Amino acid sequence: MFDDSNIIAGLEVGTSKICVVVGELGPDGAVNIIGLGQARSRGVRKSEIIDPAQVEEDLRGAMFEAEQMADVEIRSVYLGVSGGHIRGFNNRGMHPVVSADREITPDDVEDVVKNAKAINLPAEDTVIHAVRQHFSVDGQDGVANPVGMLGARLGVDMHVIHGNANRLQNVIRLVRATSLEVDDVVFTGIASSLALLNNEQKELGALVIDLGGGTTEYVVYANGVMRHSGVLAVGGDHVSNDLAYGLKVPLSRAEKLKIEFGSALVNEETRGQTISLTNELGLELKRINLEHLQRIMSLRLEEIFELIAQDLERVGLAEYLRAGVLLCGGGARVPGLVKLAENVFQMNVTAGHTCSVSGVTAALDQPEFAAGIGLVKFGSLKTRHREGRSFLPRGLKDMFGKLIQRS
Amino acid sequence: MDQQTDLAGAVPPPNPAGTAIKIFGVGNAGLAMLGALNPAEFAAAQFAGINTEAGTLAASPALVKIHLENKLLRGLGSGGDPDRARALAEEQFLILKSACEGANVVFILAGLGGGAGSGISPVLAKAAREAGALVLAFVTLPFECEGNRREAQALQGLEQLKSAADGVICLPSQRIFKLVDENTGALEMFRVIDGFLIEGVRGLWQLLTRPGLIQIHFADLQALLRDRHTESAFAFVEATGPGRSREAVENILSHPLLDEGRALAESDAVLVNLTAGTDLSMAEINRVIDQVKRQCSQAQIIMGAALDPAMEDKLCVTIIVARQEQVATGRRFSTAASTSGVATGGASAGGGGSRESAMPRSTRTRKAANKPIQTQLPLTIVSKGRFDKSEPTKHNGEDLDVPTFIRRGISMN
Repeated sequence: MFDDSNIIAGLEVGTSKICVVVGELGPDGAVNIIGLGQARSRGVRKSEIIDPAQVEEDLRGAMFEAEQMADVEIRSVYLGVSGGHIRGFNNRGMHPVVSADREITPDDVEDVVKNAKAINLPAEDTVIHAVRQHFSVDGQDGVANPVGMLGARLGVDMHVIHGNANRLQNVIRLVRATSLEVDDVVFTGIASSLALLNNEQKELGALVIDLGGGTTEYVVYANGVMRHSGVLAVGGDHVSNDLAYGLKVPLSRAEKLKIEFGSALVNEETRGQTISLTNELGLELKRINLEHLQRIMSLRLEEIFELIAQDLERVGLAEYLRAGVLLCGGGARVPGLVKLAENVFQMNVTAGHTCSVSGVTAALDQPEFAAGIGLVKFGSLKTRHREGRSFLPRGLKDMFGKLIQRS
Repeated sequence: MDQQTDLAGAVPPPNPAGTAIKIFGVGNAGLAMLGALNPAEFAAAQFAGINTEAGTLAASPALVKIHLENKLLRGLGSGGDPDRARALAEEQFLILKSACEGANVVFILAGLGGGAGSGISPVLAKAAREAGALVLAFVTLPFECEGNRREAQALQGLEQLKSAADGVICLPSQRIFKLVDENTGALEMFRVIDGFLIEGVRGLWQLLTRPGLIQIHFADLQALLRDRHTESAFAFVEATGPGRSREAVENILSHPLLDEGRALAESDAVLVNLTAGTDLSMAEINRVIDQVKRQCSQAQIIMGAALDPAMEDKLCVTIIVARQEQVATGRRFSTAASTSGVATGGASAGGGGSRESAMPRSTRTRKAANKPIQTQLPLTIVSKGRFDKSEPTKHNGEDLDVPTFIRRGISMN
């Protein structure tokens, strides 16, 4: 058995699957993925729990599988959360430097960060992340580390992600009920972007879209910092549901048709083609027009991208994405999705690949595991930070301690 | 029969846009509606009344009064029999035609279900078309409580009118019943219904006569009106104050007669006209059109804006939605290559507040009426499938749980 302190597990309770990724932190700080467990999720809609008992059962299944594979006992997890209630926005905090010589001390930095976090949230909301962007000293923007500089006013920009406390509690409580500890709660959009982006891409500016089963998360990095994030409570489930409705087939059948014949674009050659559905005796039940199938999918996926594009346009970030768009999540498997996204965003789009982790690579380089792997990576950064070996890049900070203990 | 007025004088002075408009009230209900129109506001139009009953006709303020009668009726009117009224009107076809002579646009106001309205209106529409005018009819259907006979007569009259007129905007009274407080007095109820129709007339009128900031050309309207064999809906909303454009959009999107905006999504042609005081800003126009466009990205949109100093800080939006499938066309039409500058005073101050009216209605062009038509049952219930019981995902007022292709009105057949 391994020494437990080196084991980091990421848990994502998703709409279509529950996935556990186990990583081992090497002495040099590199992460090696040693285990993976997953189970079909049956008690989650739009990334929120609707049937706790079912989720608990599925969760135990996924945990068992991951523990078997990694041959370790998982005691605590980094928990990925999502849902339509989660919002992100930018906030600025200011703090006057009071020391006589006007030199900025670590205490000043702590104070200004505290100020930036003091925000007006709806009463039922809680902060999930407050990510430091840049400091400003006397109006000079873009200061990465102001300690030791001289100035009268210290400011900091932060990206704050918040969500409904009770809904976040639900999943935390459930995980704790299976006698697991929750190390930290992480917005899955951040986890995915950690898994997919390297520092260069963050510097150039990139948009990461995680097309999940129930929700679509997106995160924008520019100039090395997180600038924007959001969740659309629309995902692969909606595609299946549209198909079930439009083609008049049961949902389970729609799901299969989506996987087998789905496409994000209407292919010219499918025009007029039909598929016949047969029953177990081989008798024809129904004929489905392939073009309709693809058009229904295409419209839905295009709409998701359009909504994201509109949001970026609104916050004025569309011009900052020089590294383009990266796609992940189960939805990224849909053929033609990259092309569709290119049409909508008018920029370079790639299917994201997880970087900077090692381990069972073939199994790992699947778009739907990006969030799980990102959770492990988040955990590794955090652990290193805790051990004081390095400063956590971009100051991902946990504000969730209180919340976790409360439950 | 007698004619109380010299028909030779029946040509109204063309307004500056070169559009001569005549408004006909037919039957008792039509005359009542005509009486409710504010003559000052419609100064450039000529009012005419047609009835089989001398009494109500005499009381009407219309300039031209045509009394259809023969000895058989003994001055008692058509007795609620549309066939009798129609026969009478056909007998006097030439007189009707000469009464329409010289007009570019003829509005017909009538209440269907009785004798005169249902019987004479289609004949009048035909006469007006033969006289070279564009014919738009604004009609009401009877309440359910008025009985089957009247309902059957009304529907028959409507069918005939649809095939004879260029456009029919029809307001089923029963539908209004549900929108109005049930304790409303009967008299008040009729006034409300008339009010709805009159706002339709007013909206159209504004389109035709206000100086066009962004003009809707006659040709556009003609095209919208004549080629599209669709069902249409109509709404007229008013808003005042600083947030007026937003309020107007909200009113449109929540309008019961546009099915709370769903009619927009299913439409394939939309006409939007804004009328406001001289302070109308481009941003406001943009905001309204933008929101409407968002609701019906597939539709052809014809937009116009007009100024009327008398409106002060009021904003009126008239919207006509022509739906896909089905065979009728609704619309508003306006004529006249340009909206003309007859700013009638008093303007649409009527009703005050944001009174809205819309009339779902159907019109059908004459060509279509002669062909057998395959109609489609409307998809009334859009199931959200597995998301039925979950919290809806709202984005800009759209429920994203409903399939995209449904919301965009793309048919999969």
